[in-house]
Amino acid sequence: MQDFAQALLSALALVITGDGELWAIVLLSLKVSITAVVFAACVGMPLGAALAVSRFRGRRVVTVILNALMGLPPVVVGLFVYLALSASGPLGVLHLLYTPTAMIIAQFILVLPIVATLTRQTVEDLDAEYRLQLRSFGLSRFSSVPTLLWDARISLMTALLAGFGRAIAEVGAVIIVGGNINHVTRVMTTTIALETSKGNLALALALGVVLILIAILVNAAVSALGTASTRGATTGLAHA
Amino acid sequence: MFRHTFLSAAVGLAGMFLTSGAQAQTDEFIIVQSTTSTQNSGLFEEILPKFTEKTGIEVRVVAVGTGQAIKNAENGDGDVLFVHAKPAEEAFVEAGQGVERFDVMYNDFIIVGPSSDPAGVAGSADVVEALEKIAESKSPFASRGDDSGTHKAEMRLWGEAGKEVASASGQWYRETGSGMGATLNTAVGMGAYVLTDRATWISFGNKGEHEVAVEGDPKLFNQYGVILVNPEKHPNVKAEAGQAFIDWVLSEEGQDAIAAYKVDGQQLFFPNATTADGA
Amino acid sequence: MPSLAFLPPFASTPLARTEVLTSHQSLLPLTAEGLTFRTGDRVLVDIETLSIGSSGATMILGPNGAGKSLLIQLLHGLIVPTTGRISFGGRPIDTAARKRQAMVFQRPVMLRRSVASNLGFALKAQGVGRAERAERTARLLVEGGFEKVADQPARTLSGGEQQRLAMLRALSTEPELVFLDEPTSSLDPQSTLAIEEMVARAVKRGVKVVMVTHDIGQARRLGHEMIFMHHGRLTEQTPAANFFDQPESAPARDFLAGQILT
Repeated sequence: MQDFAQALLSALALVITGDGELWAIVLLSLKVSITAVVFAACVGMPLGAALAVSRFRGRRVVTVILNALMGLPPVVVGLFVYLALSASGPLGVLHLLYTPTAMIIAQFILVLPIVATLTRQTVEDLDAEYRLQLRSFGLSRFSSVPTLLWDARISLMTALLAGFGRAIAEVGAVIIVGGNINHVTRVMTTTIALETSKGNLALALALGVVLILIAILVNAAVSALGTASTRGATTGLAHA
Repeated sequence: MFRHTFLSAAVGLAGMFLTSGAQAQTDEFIIVQSTTSTQNSGLFEEILPKFTEKTGIEVRVVAVGTGQAIKNAENGDGDVLFVHAKPAEEAFVEAGQGVERFDVMYNDFIIVGPSSDPAGVAGSADVVEALEKIAESKSPFASRGDDSGTHKAEMRLWGEAGKEVASASGQWYRETGSGMGATLNTAVGMGAYVLTDRATWISFGNKGEHEVAVEGDPKLFNQYGVILVNPEKHPNVKAEAGQAFIDWVLSEEGQDAIAAYKVDGQQLFFPNATTADGA
Repeated sequence: MPSLAFLPPFASTPLARTEVLTSHQSLLPLTAEGLTFRTGDRVLVDIETLSIGSSGATMILGPNGAGKSLLIQLLHGLIVPTTGRISFGGRPIDTAARKRQAMVFQRPVMLRRSVASNLGFALKAQGVGRAERAERTARLLVEGGFEKVADQPARTLSGGEQQRLAMLRALSTEPELVFLDEPTSSLDPQSTLAIEEMVARAVKRGVKVVMVTHDIGQARRLGHEMIFMHHGRLTEQTPAANFFDQPESAPARDFLAGQILT
């Protein structure tokens, strides 16, 4: 199909010409999604790790719910955040609707269950290996959490990337709470949706290609950071 | 140590992003709840910078279906409503949600369809008869189905044609539940007739084998109105800036800007503000 | 945050530094009374009384499934007994008490960190300050012959080296009592020898060793005292010489005779 060839060419042209408008949109996309992921990490990692090491009644129920929340439909989250931030909603006084902050909140909610669940899984596995040794060192269940998180950091990077992937790729939530306002809340995905609705399919596809390139770059950057930080630690070479 | 750098970099990045986000919001701006047709046609991108240049007020457009735009405005999430569904707009003002409604401009609806023209309606100027033919031949018809201004107009026309399309839903009558552009994409993809506003059609980039089939019927007249959201009902409404925008768009300058916007040499919207200077 | 050399920056909970026990006061013997451990209906450990003396190496022998590992995990406070009391210098086995002990597992648990950090971690957990930690780690690396691989991930070491590092790490905190849970069972002879030498040196230095093994030869080489377990019970506790010459209990006799105990 000619659209594909055309899309690749225009994607290339977009990147090469360094179209200022495009970069502003790319930057906003990254800004919103990375911020959402950073906050989701600050909350989700300790939460997931605490869940991994704790033993309480209903723990399994919490785990199942958290797992299920990974599949939250972005539109539903968007609606929920819209209703909360709307001028007639409970948080209307904050005047956050149709701002990047609203988009960050929506993506935070989308990403949090992913980060928390993957952290719980990772930390649970590592805890199974470490538990007795850390107890022997005199650490309690909860005081081992920082150690577990730190030693699982390579796997946790993947959790963050999964969260970032979800955030950067979703359109349903940000279009509702951001409003796709030109130069204010227009990000990659909402631009793609807009260009598609304008019938500019090749341009939309080209933007999609740019989005994928960005995702690859971010993943590569994190992977490079991960490699750099493994000096003195390792991913998991099994012992003989 | 590396990990310190990494974490502080991440936190710093987040902080920087947040603050820069906050900065962008300090300038004066208004939010206009509007429709996809005005946005997709490129009209706003053409005329809004002129207003901003003159007044320093930034206009942020949230482009959704007319139904959703009205709903958002009812929640107080916007300063100005700029849509095209006169009865719904009048009800909005009636309910005290809006201050006053003004005609701004019009364009017209058209029916576009595949060049093969299975219903034999091409070249018709009688929209009611054309819809009857489409229904009787069971030719595929794509509807917005989203309570937008265009959808409301379409439903009104089906009513006049005496056709009850709900029962054909999912058969030849297909409701996309999407915006104008998405519905056009669907119609082109499935070779269906579709009612669209002319502006969106002219600037639409994926016309495929579709052509204008029905146009010129006075019933296809599509009036746009503008309303200031009632600040007495919604205290956060920026009444002054919103009113400035309305005044401008109704002024000779604003009306000229609308008239001057052309795509492929065709004028998309025709200003008809009655309160315009000298009108 | 200069003190957080071995923990990530988000390690907000400082490791307990409250050392209520003075380091010179001996907490041995370690005693247990009416100690049982059950899961469901099964009684896995059932010991009326037990006293672990203050010196030498006590070897816990017995067939697989006798409850040897569970017993030392109970004594170290890693698992909670169903009934019974354990006393370490008149105190229950709490975190502070556990810090005067150490344990090496059958499969060494290497933190995903460098060799040096693995040693440092144990010291940090004891509340050893940064400067002293660095100094002691450096000394331990030399002592264990790990200087060249100090910055290498611990998990890239061979199995034998990992277990030597685990031993070094356990002994690094200068514990009064070390539990060893079949540390050589999956090692080659050379590594086994190296571990046994470390055990012998530790005992000579005055560290009390309690070691689970099912290797009779190892028990003979290292043990000063023998505990024999069968079906979760302690069938006898005798000085090594007596045990090998004249085992008192029938299961121990059969075991030493090379029979399979069921």
